[in-house]
Amino acid sequence: MEQVQTTCSILHNRCNGEKGELSMSEYIVELRNARKCFPGVVALDKMQLAVKPGEILGLIGENGAGKSTLIKVLTGVHQPDEGEIYVNGERKVFRNPNESAAAGIACVYQELNIEKLLSITDNIFINKWIKGKNGLLDYKAMHKKAKEVMASLGQDVDPEKPAGSFGMGVQQMIEIAKAVLIDAKMIIMDEPTSSLGEKEVAQLMKTCRELRDRGIGIVFVSHKLEELFELCDRVTVIRDGQYIDTRDIADWTNDSLISAMVGRTLDNLFPKEFGKKGDVALKVEGLEEGGVLFGVDFEAYNGQILGFAGLVGAGRTETMRAIFGADPIDGGKIFVHGKEVHIRNPRQAIKEGIAFLTEDRKGQGLVLAQTIRTNLILANMKGFQTGLFLNEKKIEEKGQENINSLRIKTPSIDEIVGQLSGGNQQKVVIGKWVNTNADIFIFDEPTRGIDVGAKIEVYNVMNRLVKEGKCVIMVSSEMPEILGMSDRVVVMRGGKVMATVDRGSKHFNQESLMKAAWGGTLDE
Amino acid sequence: MNKKKKLNGNSVLGTLAALIILCVVLTICSDKFLTYSNLMSVLKQTTFTALLACGMLLCLITAGIDLSVGANATFCACVMGMMVKANITNPVVLLVVALAVGTLIGLVNGLLLTRLHLPHPFVSTLGMKNFLWGASLLVTGSQMISGFPKGVTWLGSATVGGFPVSFIVLIVIYIIMHILLTRTALGRSIYCAGGNMEATRLSGINSANVLTFCYVVSGFMAALAGIVSVGRSGICNGANAIQPYDTDAIASCVIGGASFMGGKGTMAGTLIGALVIAVLRNGFTLMAIDSSIQNMVLGLVIIGAVLLDVTRESLAAKARRKEAAAKA
Repeated sequence: MEQVQTTCSILHNRCNGEKGELSMSEYIVELRNARKCFPGVVALDKMQLAVKPGEILGLIGENGAGKSTLIKVLTGVHQPDEGEIYVNGERKVFRNPNESAAAGIACVYQELNIEKLLSITDNIFINKWIKGKNGLLDYKAMHKKAKEVMASLGQDVDPEKPAGSFGMGVQQMIEIAKAVLIDAKMIIMDEPTSSLGEKEVAQLMKTCRELRDRGIGIVFVSHKLEELFELCDRVTVIRDGQYIDTRDIADWTNDSLISAMVGRTLDNLFPKEFGKKGDVALKVEGLEEGGVLFGVDFEAYNGQILGFAGLVGAGRTETMRAIFGADPIDGGKIFVHGKEVHIRNPRQAIKEGIAFLTEDRKGQGLVLAQTIRTNLILANMKGFQTGLFLNEKKIEEKGQENINSLRIKTPSIDEIVGQLSGGNQQKVVIGKWVNTNADIFIFDEPTRGIDVGAKIEVYNVMNRLVKEGKCVIMVSSEMPEILGMSDRVVVMRGGKVMATVDRGSKHFNQESLMKAAWGGTLDE
Repeated sequence: MNKKKKLNGNSVLGTLAALIILCVVLTICSDKFLTYSNLMSVLKQTTFTALLACGMLLCLITAGIDLSVGANATFCACVMGMMVKANITNPVVLLVVALAVGTLIGLVNGLLLTRLHLPHPFVSTLGMKNFLWGASLLVTGSQMISGFPKGVTWLGSATVGGFPVSFIVLIVIYIIMHILLTRTALGRSIYCAGGNMEATRLSGINSANVLTFCYVVSGFMAALAGIVSVGRSGICNGANAIQPYDTDAIASCVIGGASFMGGKGTMAGTLIGALVIAVLRNGFTLMAIDSSIQNMVLGLVIIGAVLLDVTRESLAAKARRKEAAAKA
């Protein structure tokens, strides 16, 4: 009943808004002129966002454009330094997430807030329990309500089962159910499709449209342009913490969205430069690791980028970890510059001149709580010693050189790495490995989760390395990146090498490589 | 660099100020406090706590903890007592055995953590503490033992013009540890292994060995503390294994700026922290305050120190935000 009333009043306001009598209420939630600073960065400046009732507003921007901060300001996690928030035309100040929720703003974060061991009901009713007359929790009523809400979102599930026993799609619906239950007027969805399969995405879109038809305003954050075109009524673009533009979806094109997002036209996403092909730097023969790798063979040359393509789980990262001595191997030979080596741990690998930039930057690449200075020397402390002691002067000089040449944006070399943006963190990891004087560089998903500008800078580092005659191996799940940057490509599937394709070959295209990745054979 | 140094300096200076205020208050409250002999006995008390705190600090920096240091010190003293009872009175043999036993216990703590992958050293070292408590009573037959040779008691009892030799040794150890932590690759690795063990390992550093090293040092320092305690009291007593020595050591580190989250802490701060604890205990004794009250107050001091750490952290974060806002 309440639901219906809210919807009616929304519709009423909407009508009024269209007549121009109540212009304040045209938007259900409006953020004006917001500014938010963090140490060393202005995360938001003159930011605005306006959501109409019963619309799906797309929100798009590069990584680091300020989307997360914008969301957190709207949900009361952060308080803006300047600027105002209006809900139904009324000025609001959110001191914490509860106040934002009370005003009807809900958010489904990319990293879901699901307690996997608790039931769906428990997850939905956390903090807003239904209590019986005796003051104890009334599970019967809650289960019933939970089932209803989930059913209204197209999910026929048993609410008594633990949330973790369902897939990501259902877990996401639990989050949405929470929002529906607090009678949210606006629901923010932060990259909701990133962890969903095709079918689940379709269901999510259907649910979004239904919520929209109930008069709820939806902010849909996504990196995938085709999703925005399929789903959204309007799209807002932000860049570098600033508001850029909002247009009806019909007035956007792929190109105009991208150029609004990056602030320039991207003529060359992949600034490929060629080195001079040299000798075999790394040769791997019959690499075996129980249950993961089944006889991997390949050769990587000096002065070239060797791309590693394949589906997730094809054994690419495992191959690299095995070569680097991060995991023990069960068989096979590894040759560095023609000499057989027996690498049992990362320390020995580094001694052989191998550098390994891991795909998990925060978990395996950096000590986030320490400074840039410390992280830059982590893989080669011996090189920065004079006698028994660390040579701070040498560290300082080299560190400044790294910061300049890699264009690490930071107020000082003593900044805590955890405070930097993803792209800058990645550059610190690269700096760490450049400082080891390695000549075989393994880059595992080097551009994952960093923005377009930083990506290009990472590519340029790779270009520089191959021009210096070094050997670069790049594992990537982004086919355009593989095609854009590699001199040769190894395609893996199920722990085996399926194909090796030279840049000049007729198979050096997305179709052929995908075919091999899916298990097909390529003719000669 | 300057900014960071200033921040660290401030926290050490703050602790120092607290120490000075405490001393001024005690000077006013008791006319016995500011006497040479009393101050020297404070330094003797400090030595014991500070030795335990030295190893504890390393463990705390790695986001670990060693709850067995107090029991370890007692056990090492008791092992010497057992040997004395068995008529082994060569001081060199006694000292070497005590240091070896303490270090070995530290090694076991380290290996439990790094090779057997016990989840958090809190549990394993707590178990070790109880084990050593029982073992201390076992080797001494639950009796106090006296009659240690001079060579053993020298370190804890000798003075130079009334100034305890043990405190001079302590200062030397602290200077060496300070240099180790701030100037060497091993020291930097300790901070890093505490922050992210896997990233440190994949950077070619043997994180497991680095962590083990910290617990070995902790065990060695505990043995040294045990030797000092024998020198001070002339006896060993297995029942002391459950005295709150570990708590005093942890309090020293935390008052001195270490954090349970790891990655933080200095030798200088820890020394001042140990002085604060020793001065507090001394003041209680001078004012004849009941030992139960003493323990309650010390408990509150620890809670206060952690609270201070948290507040300091959030104030620093706020200051950085303001600075950033001003710059932008």
